[in-house]
Amino acid sequence: MTARLHGAGALIVGLALWQGLVWISGAPPFILPSPWRVAEAAYVHHVLIAQHALVTMAEILLGLGLGVVLGVVTAIQLAASRRLQAVLLPILVFTQAVPVFALAPILTLWFGYGMASKIVVVILIIYFPVTSAFFDGLTRVDQRWLDLGTTMAATDAQVMRRIRIPNALPSLGTGLRLAAVYAPMGAVIGEWVGASKGLGYLMLLANGRAKIDLMFASLITLAVLTVLLYRGVGALADRLARM
Amino acid sequence: MGHGPAGRVTGPTAIGFTGQFSLDDRRLFGPLRVTVPAGGWTCLLGPSGVGKSTVVRLILGLPTAGVFTGTIRAADGASLAGRIGYMAQSDLLLPWLTVRENTVLGARLRAETPDVAAAERLLDRVGLARHADKKPAALSGGMRQRAALARTLMENRPIVLLDEPFSSLDAVTRADMQDLAAEVLIGKTVMLVTHDPAEAVRLGHQILLMSPTGVTGWMPPATDPVRVIDDPATLQAQSALLAELRARP
Repeated sequence: MTARLHGAGALIVGLALWQGLVWISGAPPFILPSPWRVAEAAYVHHVLIAQHALVTMAEILLGLGLGVVLGVVTAIQLAASRRLQAVLLPILVFTQAVPVFALAPILTLWFGYGMASKIVVVILIIYFPVTSAFFDGLTRVDQRWLDLGTTMAATDAQVMRRIRIPNALPSLGTGLRLAAVYAPMGAVIGEWVGASKGLGYLMLLANGRAKIDLMFASLITLAVLTVLLYRGVGALADRLARM
Repeated sequence: MGHGPAGRVTGPTAIGFTGQFSLDDRRLFGPLRVTVPAGGWTCLLGPSGVGKSTVVRLILGLPTAGVFTGTIRAADGASLAGRIGYMAQSDLLLPWLTVRENTVLGARLRAETPDVAAAERLLDRVGLARHADKKPAALSGGMRQRAALARTLMENRPIVLLDEPFSSLDAVTRADMQDLAAEVLIGKTVMLVTHDPAEAVRLGHQILLMSPTGVTGWMPPATDPVRVIDDPATLQAQSALLAELRARP
């Protein structure tokens, strides 16, 4: 209850600051619209915003699901083989030096203007944090448990399944939380480069037509979706940590 | 002596340990000659850092930081692999599993179907029948060590190595655990590493004192273990053993 009061308080303070800035700066609505104008635009265009939000959300969820599966499989394979670690880890780290933003145009060229290119951007942006966090958990395991397994004639596959993976679930949760924050960013980057649907596309469109109130409404919708996604994934991560 | 399901030799056997161990080109201990007689308790005492736990790791076949030159053999000539159970100072229970699941961990780690009924009987024997569905975090230190003992017993190995398993318990719980362990491990070849002269005198058929240069035997009281705590002979032996340990360099 107190947390909700604090949240509501922060929202009111934020809106007041925004409105104050509008009054003090005297900026026209096409530069900085007031909260009220943005709310009005959100109400008037709610069907349009919802349609585009659905597309963006689908890109985020598909990219997140596929990226997490890829990350989890990679981390398990890396943790299971020292040889693979030696070969693949430096390559993985190197790929992180290439900004995904710079790759987005090429990905659009390869995968087209549809959802596929956005999903690929999301996968690329979350793949490393998920892989890295889970791999860390899989390898940071109490050596004494592994010794106990050795005295019990454990197989490597069973040590992975019964000891390493359960031990790494809290770390995977950390990776998932990061992924939930990065994924919407990836989808919007993909939409900015080239799309005909999605909140990123709607923002560019509104911006180009000086409908800054609609742009703000889209931006806030994206932020709300991101927070909801973060909370949903956070609840899942908590469950993983307690398993 | 009998044969287990996999055809391996399951009877208790004596273990002969001969050799020396070096760490960074510096000799940690040895040459050492230890014989652990079949079917009884051998208690290995010695100062911290002398290498008692290393002896345990070497017998278990676990990796160590240094180099061992020597031999470790079962007196019956069969391989020691798969015949040794192990219990450490820390209970090593997996926190995400229940007590019952921890008890059958060995079978799970070998991808075998665990004998849950046998696990239930063992948990009953160590007094944890009512706690089988609890996670380790819900248990006291003594209960956790009893769960670890049940897990060790579940492996049903003829040789059991105990590396200070009771040292973190309070005095009363420790005495209870010593009684329980002696009862359930009867007939097995047991080697117990301990710091505690009282524990060695209570439990040991054979007591060995380890130093960097070798191992010497120390005569336990003439009675059979588990010895009565407040028996004058036990108390006298404890004092004498403590004095012997303190007199050593």
